[in-house]
Amino acid sequence: MNDPIATIYDLLETVMDPEIPTLSIVDLGIVTGVALNDAGEPHVKLTPTFSGCPALKMLETMVAEKLLESGYHNPRVSTSFEVAWNSNMISEKGREALLKHGLAPPPKHDGYIELDVLSDIACPLCGSRNTTMQTPFGPTLCRSMHYCKNCSNAFEAFKPVT
Amino acid sequence: MELTEKHVEGLRELLYKMADDLLIIGHRNSEWTGLGPVLEEDIAFSSMAQDKIGQSLAMYELLHQLGENEPDIVAFTRNDKQFHNCHLVELPNGEYDFSLARHFYFDHADAIRFAMLENSSFEPLAMVAKKFKGEIKYHTMHADVWMKELANGTEESKARMQSAIDSTFPMALGIFEEGDYEKELIESGIFQGEAALKEMWYQKISETLQRCGLQAPELESVQNAALGGRKGFHTEHLQPLLSEMTEVFAIDPTADW
Repeated sequence: MNDPIATIYDLLETVMDPEIPTLSIVDLGIVTGVALNDAGEPHVKLTPTFSGCPALKMLETMVAEKLLESGYHNPRVSTSFEVAWNSNMISEKGREALLKHGLAPPPKHDGYIELDVLSDIACPLCGSRNTTMQTPFGPTLCRSMHYCKNCSNAFEAFKPVT
Repeated sequence: MELTEKHVEGLRELLYKMADDLLIIGHRNSEWTGLGPVLEEDIAFSSMAQDKIGQSLAMYELLHQLGENEPDIVAFTRNDKQFHNCHLVELPNGEYDFSLARHFYFDHADAIRFAMLENSSFEPLAMVAKKFKGEIKYHTMHADVWMKELANGTEESKARMQSAIDSTFPMALGIFEEGDYEKELIESGIFQGEAALKEMWYQKISETLQRCGLQAPELESVQNAALGGRKGFHTEHLQPLLSEMTEVFAIDPTADW
């Protein structure tokens, strides 16, 4: 018999980040809790990557729709800061998914980030670490922009966040 | 510790001034969108605007949980007298040197404020503060990089940065204008108070400026700190900003986009 909570997690692994289609919200690390009440209605808790992330409302809707499609009744999806997201919460699978999308995964951190951490990023295209950061502010809040001196390509990285 | 009516009043006052600071500086930052001196700077101020406005929303949500109106109503239907932001954040962007000096002063104060609030006895605020810390780190890093670059650029860039640092300082001190409930906030462990924040902030900015080869103005020399914002007294620049910010909402409060 399958664990009913694990079944929901499996389902959530098919809900992809709207801007990174290779990355599920579970691997991104933003699903912070799943519960079922006595009536079998699910409650999924999410935490934002950035508090100003414009995809938040969209993610809540996507999760609710996925649960409805799969036969759950009255799904509840809530976003809160109860568990603060940080970039170490991206799973190994999630880091591979970022690479697959051409984004350098964030360097693991120990709760403290300085400029030199941001400059030491491997190019997602050729793997070289001979890169420089152009700007920590990229096309979305969670991305920074870099340049690879080895293969002469510009690339984006998912930002480390404490 | 059981919160009394006065503690809750103090908490509300604290949340309002933080939320309003973030909303208004967010709006000012967004005015650099399309106008930044280089593309990267354009994107930097636009990104910071997005962070600030997202953070202000989280603050207005906390206020909503304390019984205040919905965030959109609170943000879009008050006039300038009902705003509690400091003057520093409402001033027009002006030249880039002023924008950077303001950014430097404000974000260092905010970074320290939220680091202090991580230990707040009001748990929902502590959780939000913990979240903001990682975001604000990028803001102070950006400000510090430019302080250093311009202080070590040309003679002109250094002189202009020092002059902006000097002339913006009295405005920055308005950040720390005390409210009516400092004592209650401190004794309840909600917040360590503006005086403590100001001291830590001054030490931080002095050290950073010194490392860049610039000098922080003397704290004691300031006779004209820009006070009043926390009590609803503003410069002539806030109401036009609010009128522009709320234009769509005023035409159609149910508009969705």
